[in-house]
Amino acid sequence: MITIDYGTLRGLVALLILALFIVIVVWSYSKKRKSAFDEAANSIFEEDTETELKHSDKNKKQETNNNV
Amino acid sequence: MTTTLEHPSYNFNVVRQFTVMTVIWGIFGTSLGVLIAAQLIWPALNFETPWLTYSRLRPLHTNVVIFAFGTSALFATSYYVVQRTCKSVLFGGKLVAFTFWGWQAVIVLAIITLPMGYTSSKEYAELEWPIDILIAVVWISYAIVFFGTLVKRKTSHIYVANWFFGGFILTVAVLHIGNSMVIPVSMFKSYSIYSGAIDAMMQWWYGHNAVGFLLTAGFLGMMYYFVPKQAERPVYSYRLSIVHFWALISLYIWAGPHHLHYTALPDWAQSVGMVMSIVLFLPSWGGMINGIMTLSGAWHKLRYDPILRFLIVSLSFYGMSTFEGPMMAIKSVNALSHYTDWTIGHVHSGALGWVAMVTIGAMYHLIPILFNQGRMYSTRLINVHFWLHTSGIVLYIVAMWISGVMQGLMWRAVNTDGTLTYSFVESLVASKPFYFMRFVGGVLVVAGFLLMAYNMYKTVYAKDNSLKPIEVT
Repeated sequence: MITIDYGTLRGLVALLILALFIVIVVWSYSKKRKSAFDEAANSIFEEDTETELKHSDKNKKQETNNNV
Repeated sequence: MTTTLEHPSYNFNVVRQFTVMTVIWGIFGTSLGVLIAAQLIWPALNFETPWLTYSRLRPLHTNVVIFAFGTSALFATSYYVVQRTCKSVLFGGKLVAFTFWGWQAVIVLAIITLPMGYTSSKEYAELEWPIDILIAVVWISYAIVFFGTLVKRKTSHIYVANWFFGGFILTVAVLHIGNSMVIPVSMFKSYSIYSGAIDAMMQWWYGHNAVGFLLTAGFLGMMYYFVPKQAERPVYSYRLSIVHFWALISLYIWAGPHHLHYTALPDWAQSVGMVMSIVLFLPSWGGMINGIMTLSGAWHKLRYDPILRFLIVSLSFYGMSTFEGPMMAIKSVNALSHYTDWTIGHVHSGALGWVAMVTIGAMYHLIPILFNQGRMYSTRLINVHFWLHTSGIVLYIVAMWISGVMQGLMWRAVNTDGTLTYSFVESLVASKPFYFMRFVGGVLVVAGFLLMAYNMYKTVYAKDNSLKPIEVT
């Protein structure tokens, strides 16, 4: 039976978490995911376009007003 | 009346309630700060009344700005963002209203009990056990509402802002319940189940992660939605935002021991806290760069949009504080900075610079949308608010840096025979002008908040859609 002492266990857990982190980095920067992430980044603007189509001048973003 | 059907499905009522309370608590919390700053210059200002003393009002100030102002803003923005990005109404029915009224009740109880002197004496967790139980119940309801909404979302992807909000809600639940474990001895008095150095470690595991998750991860969720929205550009790198999230949450949780350098905490734990705090610089700056670079190609918008200026300057303060923080966590630097005003300056560059500015920016973006207007009543007043707030912070932190480093140097100065060069009172006298400078900075911040309240009032009570957005050509 294999026994692992506490210190070795902690070392292994640290390595495991490091490996997990590398996996996350590789996954998020993989070419395959690029289009999905571009879509996600733009998803917050989708609803505005829909709303603007329905209610021409309502709910448009405010830009500025230097007159008030 | 005409626009009530604009968002027929979303629950914006609770968002409106939390938004208005954010501004009101902002005024109250910063005014309390100004009062206690004034007491440090003119001690007579406690009027010899126990419940007006610095010792009782200081925890009230921190509780109101963090849990009333900051957390109301987080409730408002997380409820708004999760509905819009998931295209779903809030889950939970009556539970949603309970989170609002329950949370306001917690704050009112804090305003009553802290000046009366009821305290568990744990920093940022001073409230006694019956209130702690109420906090836990409200917070778990918040988690049910938020995660319930995520579960029933109509979109396939969960937008990155929600990851930060979710991480913050979950971790704060664990932190609060873990650190608040007590044995009650009466209705208003309890003792921690932890003892000695373990109690101190639990407290700063909680305390630093209140900073890391409530005041950082939560507000980063705000940043990842409102900065792209206000700039009208998608976030600079969505990939970086994912790495940012996982790196930040896996590192922050270990940084707490840097609050306990040179104490009874074991040396190895102090060193872990120091190393983790230094590594934390990387995800912090990754996120800061991701936010600021969202503006690349649209920098000109900063010229005329004071809301965007609030959001971007908040990120600059975030970058500054997250450079200063790791540096102060280094043991030899901490030996100079700890227990001095430098720490107070650091906290306020984070709290007034990062947290308050990103909140104010998000609120100015949100208020017209929530109250059926195209813009805020006055953009010029937003601009005045921006400069009042920014000059207030600069006065505040510069005063505290000078006073803090001076205190650190005076306290450690020794004569050749080993005796202390300065008495404590001598360092206090040296700090006095800087306490006045801090007081002036605080007054500017409060003045800005009052302008914001007026601007909000005029926007809320204007006729629906009477304030039209003005296009910039």
